Amino acid sequence: MRRRDAFRALAGLGLVACDTRKPHKGALGAVERFNENVEGVLLSDRAASEDLELTPLEAFPGYHVAPAIPQVPHDWYLTISGMVSKPLKLSLDDLRRMPRIDARIRHHCVEGWTAVADWGGVAISELAKLAGAKETAYVEFRSFDAPSFESRGYWSSWDRASAFHSQTMVAYQMNGQPLSAKHGAPCRLYGSVKLGYKLVKYLTEVNFIDRRTGGYWENKGYEWFAGV
Amino acid sequence: MAKPRRPQPLLIRITHWINVPVLAILAMSGLQIFLAYPFFGPRGAEYDWVPLSGWMPPEWIRAGGWLAGARHLHFAFMWVLVINAAIYVIYLAASGEWRRRLLWRNQARQRYNRLQRAAYTGALVLGIAEVLSGLAMWKPVQLHRLTWLMGGFDGARVIHFLAMLGLFGFVIGHVIMVIVHWRKFPEMITGGKREDA
Repeated sequence: MRRRDAFRALAGLGLVACDTRKPHKGALGAVERFNENVEGVLLSDRAASEDLELTPLEAFPGYHVAPAIPQVPHDWYLTISGMVSKPLKLSLDDLRRMPRIDARIRHHCVEGWTAVADWGGVAISELAKLAGAKETAYVEFRSFDAPSFESRGYWSSWDRASAFHSQTMVAYQMNGQPLSAKHGAPCRLYGSVKLGYKLVKYLTEVNFIDRRTGGYWENKGYEWFAGV
Repeated sequence: MAKPRRPQPLLIRITHWINVPVLAILAMSGLQIFLAYPFFGPRGAEYDWVPLSGWMPPEWIRAGGWLAGARHLHFAFMWVLVINAAIYVIYLAASGEWRRRLLWRNQARQRYNRLQRAAYTGALVLGIAEVLSGLAMWKPVQLHRLTWLMGGFDGARVIHFLAMLGLFGFVIGHVIMVIVHWRKFPEMITGGKREDA
């Protein structure tokens, strides 16, 4: 009997430790934090430069959390703030006048599909330089894509090394054309080292911060680091 | 001469029984992950030749409840599988057990016949394919050389799925053989009587 009780207790403990409804907690959360360290060690600044075939634009999915495709607010601008010496308010033309980086990147969606596009925009490291950003551990990206009128928009926070990767950018071009509303117009975060849900579309804010602020899907239970 | 060896040495029994729940959890959480996009190949150039493409695995063979839960299960238990498999492989190599269990040139006094040894070798190869294709899908950019070897992220996803089906086939055959040769089953728990190896 005592052995059976011990077995039951152990099984119960296992269930609590592996509660998949709250995957950031218990044993699953502990392994997630371990995996984050592994992912941090694996992360290199190497630029993804495979010979990739472009995905037809109409076959490239575009997701948003708002009930309809978010439209650009008429008073839109991109703010660069947080721990910076010169907070910036940038228009799309301001971004276009800055040095542009271009990269062909395979998109890895958490659902399991991939798609390829050419992206052009301004590197996060360039924006950091311009705004005089302090060496913060995290960078947060916010959006005007919101599930309802009252709620705050979609967002994600990144580790510094991934945000400062040479291909991480505020992208305003996709396949050489201005970004369409479906793909995050007027500009979105893009890069080669994170899963799709970290690549915030309909961008409004880039904040250099010293603590993690989770993210829209991350707070629901998806991995915070989500490197690829 | 060395001490007579049991037909099923302790480390083989331990790693075998750890594998049972771990493989079940990995396969079931894998099917939950698969459900989020049950197709293969990049968008706009899907591979329509992969078996079970478009299949929606029913709830009773899935684990994790939802995509994020299943991913957390998968990325936790993958370490248990890798550590367990590493102990098994190192033991097989160091103890010489591989000569009795794996497909190699014929030797005298075989405990297992060719078909059995082919099945155990095949399962080991499928397991290695699972780990390598899984790593390629987990870090397709950082482990780009491995990913290239696997035929890219989408190739790795096909290998990962097909190797899972292969392992499922192995388990079915294995369980049928255990039922047929049920007298041998207690050896996998007790180890059996010591014999000259």
